[in-house]
Amino acid sequence: MKCQKCDKPATFHITELTGGKPQELHLCEDHVREYLTQSGGEPAAGSNMAAAIAQHMVQQMAVGQTAEELARLDQQTCPFCGITFHQFRNQGRLGCPHDYAAFAAQLEPLLLSIHGETEHVGKVPKRSPAGSEARMQLIRLRREMGEAVAQEDYERASRLRDDIRRIEEGEK
Amino acid sequence: MGIIVDLDDLSRNCGEWLRGSGPEADIVISSRIRLARNLADYPFMSRASDQDRARIEKDVRECLMTSDQASRLLYLDLEQLSGIDRQLLVERHLVSREHAEGSGARAVAIDQEEQFSLMANEEDHVRMQVMRSGLSLREAWALINRIDDLVESRLTYAFHPKLGYLTACPTNVGTGMRVSVMLHLPALVLTRQIEKLFRSLQKISLAVRGLYGEGSQAMGDFYQISNQISLGKSEEELIQQVEETVPTIINYERNARDFLVRDSHEQLHDRVSRAYGILRTAQTISSEETMHLLSSVRMGVNLGLIEDLEIPKVNELFIHTQPAHLQKLSGSELDTADRNIERARYLRRHLNKEPDGEARNN
Repeated sequence: MKCQKCDKPATFHITELTGGKPQELHLCEDHVREYLTQSGGEPAAGSNMAAAIAQHMVQQMAVGQTAEELARLDQQTCPFCGITFHQFRNQGRLGCPHDYAAFAAQLEPLLLSIHGETEHVGKVPKRSPAGSEARMQLIRLRREMGEAVAQEDYERASRLRDDIRRIEEGEK
Repeated sequence: MGIIVDLDDLSRNCGEWLRGSGPEADIVISSRIRLARNLADYPFMSRASDQDRARIEKDVRECLMTSDQASRLLYLDLEQLSGIDRQLLVERHLVSREHAEGSGARAVAIDQEEQFSLMANEEDHVRMQVMRSGLSLREAWALINRIDDLVESRLTYAFHPKLGYLTACPTNVGTGMRVSVMLHLPALVLTRQIEKLFRSLQKISLAVRGLYGEGSQAMGDFYQISNQISLGKSEEELIQQVEETVPTIINYERNARDFLVRDSHEQLHDRVSRAYGILRTAQTISSEETMHLLSSVRMGVNLGLIEDLEIPKVNELFIHTQPAHLQKLSGSELDTADRNIERARYLRRHLNKEPDGEARNN
């Protein structure tokens, strides 16, 4: 696909989510820089997720990551919900809570540019975070069970259903 | 202000946040705190199947409606509501535009005083908010924190020890909190100082939005000031930052008003009187023009230039003249042209003392 503003290939595919309808942008490296300077230039404004992501990509290129390396990072997939980093980059929304662990390396600089910090200070649920981790397994198990049913692998599906029940009953 | 039991009551009433009372209520319309939360055992909305969505909605509904708060809550399934009813909730700031226009299983719970609302299946599984009249962030936090504790005692939130509450968009991770105040800043707009104010707020990472949030126009000179970041600062610190900034903005606005009263009293009085005059006599009027003129009138009331009108009434007119409210109140579906006629009629009826004001103006 070509850049919307020139004939170069578009390497940045951005979905602008601020205001009204989502707007698709396809830009080359030069024009994404221009886009970024237009949207403030400074560390991307918090609410503008698309700008923050694009800025992060530009930074990665600046530190010498090649297009192939970026493509490889893009293909990284969350084992829980199945989203790729590329899909996140396009829509600006993560697929499940586990993505914060699955894409930790890519997200850390992004969080830093959005919030200026990477560690939570503040309220903590009284329930232990370990409980939260255990329940996140349900996302993976339910997805795998759906796949097993689709493949008519009922033996596996019933094993998964038992695992799901164990976690659901253990926690409630 | 009455107690709501259904949406017809809602449209006739006026929520707590429109009371026009509370500290600094001439400039600060309302204070709002919202929390974004997700349940640990479901994918975020972008990856949630229809079945996931239905389960999330059910979990949230059962959590709220079997709690000791149930009798105070009105729980609405958005899929069952008409377009006008959904729009009514948007105009009332009880659901977001995205939530109203979305699809699939989704709901909202609203408390009787309209201070609290909780959306299920918006951008995050749970988005809850407390809105109060005037500058009242501490009270808003105390209330929402209590309700968050209640939900948390029954459902397991997605939480990470280092990153805090996990949200679909990384811009909300950490506290998941947005603290905002809605301000009426007509004098800063008139004296063209508003842009300067925005730039300085951005420098201290505060965001400025219009009346209906992200991407909305600053209709009627209403602006929402809120925190940009949610990670690395505690809830207290986030509240404090907004709380410390608001008095400065209030001062700017008061100074701009003083300046207008002192240096261009006739022009100001003329502007306010003309606005009032049009609103009392127009035969057809758009929502935008109404907001624009009501803004001048509101400032006029605050400055004592209009004496036969009170702020709660003006606040109510801002909301009741919006498309869905107007249609609910008139009891019929109206197209844009008919709405403009109905809006003018509604304004004449509420702004003219004499019951025959209508005839006099014809």
